[in-house]
Amino acid sequence: MSGDTALQEKRRDAMKVLSHVPAAEIETRMAALPVPPHQDLRAPESGLVMVRGRIGGDGAPFNLGEATVSRAAVRLQGGQVGFGYVLGRDGGKARLIALCDALLQSSDHAQAIEKEVVAPLRARMQQERDRSAAEAAATRVDFYTMVRGEG
Amino acid sequence: MYVAVKGGERAIENAHRLLAHERRGDRSVPELSLAQISEQLGLAVDRVMSEGSLYDRELAALAIKQARGDLIEAIFLVRAFRATLPRFGATEPVDTGEMRVQRRVSSTFKDIPGGQVLGPTFDYTHRLLDPALAEAGDPEAPALASTSDAPMPRVTDILGQDGLIERSPDADPDVPVGDLTRDPLSYPAGRDLRLQNLARGDEGFLLALGYSTQRGYGRNHPFAGEIRFGEVEVEFFAEEIGFAVPLGSLALTECQMVNQFKGSASEPPCFTRGYGLAFGQSERKTMSMALVDRALRARELGEDLIAPAQDEEFVMSHSDNVQATGFVEHLKLPHYVDFQSELGLLRKLRQEFADANAVPVLKEAAE
Repeated sequence: MSGDTALQEKRRDAMKVLSHVPAAEIETRMAALPVPPHQDLRAPESGLVMVRGRIGGDGAPFNLGEATVSRAAVRLQGGQVGFGYVLGRDGGKARLIALCDALLQSSDHAQAIEKEVVAPLRARMQQERDRSAAEAAATRVDFYTMVRGEG
Repeated sequence: MYVAVKGGERAIENAHRLLAHERRGDRSVPELSLAQISEQLGLAVDRVMSEGSLYDRELAALAIKQARGDLIEAIFLVRAFRATLPRFGATEPVDTGEMRVQRRVSSTFKDIPGGQVLGPTFDYTHRLLDPALAEAGDPEAPALASTSDAPMPRVTDILGQDGLIERSPDADPDVPVGDLTRDPLSYPAGRDLRLQNLARGDEGFLLALGYSTQRGYGRNHPFAGEIRFGEVEVEFFAEEIGFAVPLGSLALTECQMVNQFKGSASEPPCFTRGYGLAFGQSERKTMSMALVDRALRARELGEDLIAPAQDEEFVMSHSDNVQATGFVEHLKLPHYVDFQSELGLLRKLRQEFADANAVPVLKEAAE
């Protein structure tokens, strides 16, 4: 994997985690870190994306319906530009994600962002997913048990 | 006649004030919060998102509150709001095969990889009103069980491995994905446009049409191959970033209907399919959608066109409840001038009728 691809995957992974957790939790964790001077390259704004599905689940795409999305872009003093895109109308959250994205591209900050922000929030997201999966798993039908019970 | 509307300004203002008062109801009863609607009337929110064609739980909850629980009015509000926002583009197509499944059932195979997962469902409830719910109280916490990482392939993928079911149509890179919010509909419409239309179509209308196919008006022998509900990741390719950006997850319901077979001189017989996909947990909607999607393929599959559900123009031009309610409900707006002209015409016709009938009477009297 080239350096660029590795960085891109890291950024995508951070975006995935941050888009799934409440903005307040990102903000709290960011507040505990030193954040270098930065400016808004694109002020937070809300809009729509057309969500696409596929015919039959795996065929040609079709337009399912729209979703609200917010986006923002931030530039660090060092020149790194970060982007934030997230479902919903919380422009502040898009800005936080953009700031994290910019910091991940800065060698001075990438490690701290990953360790103090992304990693704990990834664990939180995973915990929620595990709980949800465990709840669903408890409703899985076990036909064999039913047969034994009745026989 | 706008003059009459102008004269009603004060009446309209006071009517809206009264509406707001009625919406609030008895002020000694605590007011509903959007979180309460979103959390406790979740399926109403899902329906408003689906048919409002806008995924945003909070906005849908607000619309339901403002519409006093009238879901079609709420859908109307959401559609109007949607028109105020810019569109950044289209997402990458979602992969329902990677869904984090909350519910997944198949009526065609008992033992499917990943199993039958009932999830939160009204099925198997006795449909008896529960007096205990009249009082506040927390239900038991959900049961937990250990999970497995076993994949949950779509049932249609399993059938597809043996060639027993037709393949989904491949994308044609030269043809843009149809979008009925951008271009006016023309017929015949591609399946992409039909599915977009059905996805935002009225649940009751699609339910009735789907039901009509089962009762013999365009029968297509359906089995619910699979219904799944859960969270799906959605990504958006942003030009300025240069890669597909994860946006978060959407709750979606998918229905794969497996229908009677079709073969030809060159192709061995195989099952055909109908498809349903909608925002939120919208099972009745996606099942109806899949039945109607399949019915609308009648021409493509060489079937006789004999029933309303197979008539693309009929289905697609009447499925949208915002359009339908607009045209039906506009009848109550002032039509004073139209009506005056009708009234004038009717009076004239009655006079002519009276004159025509009066003549023999007079004659008789004269004799």
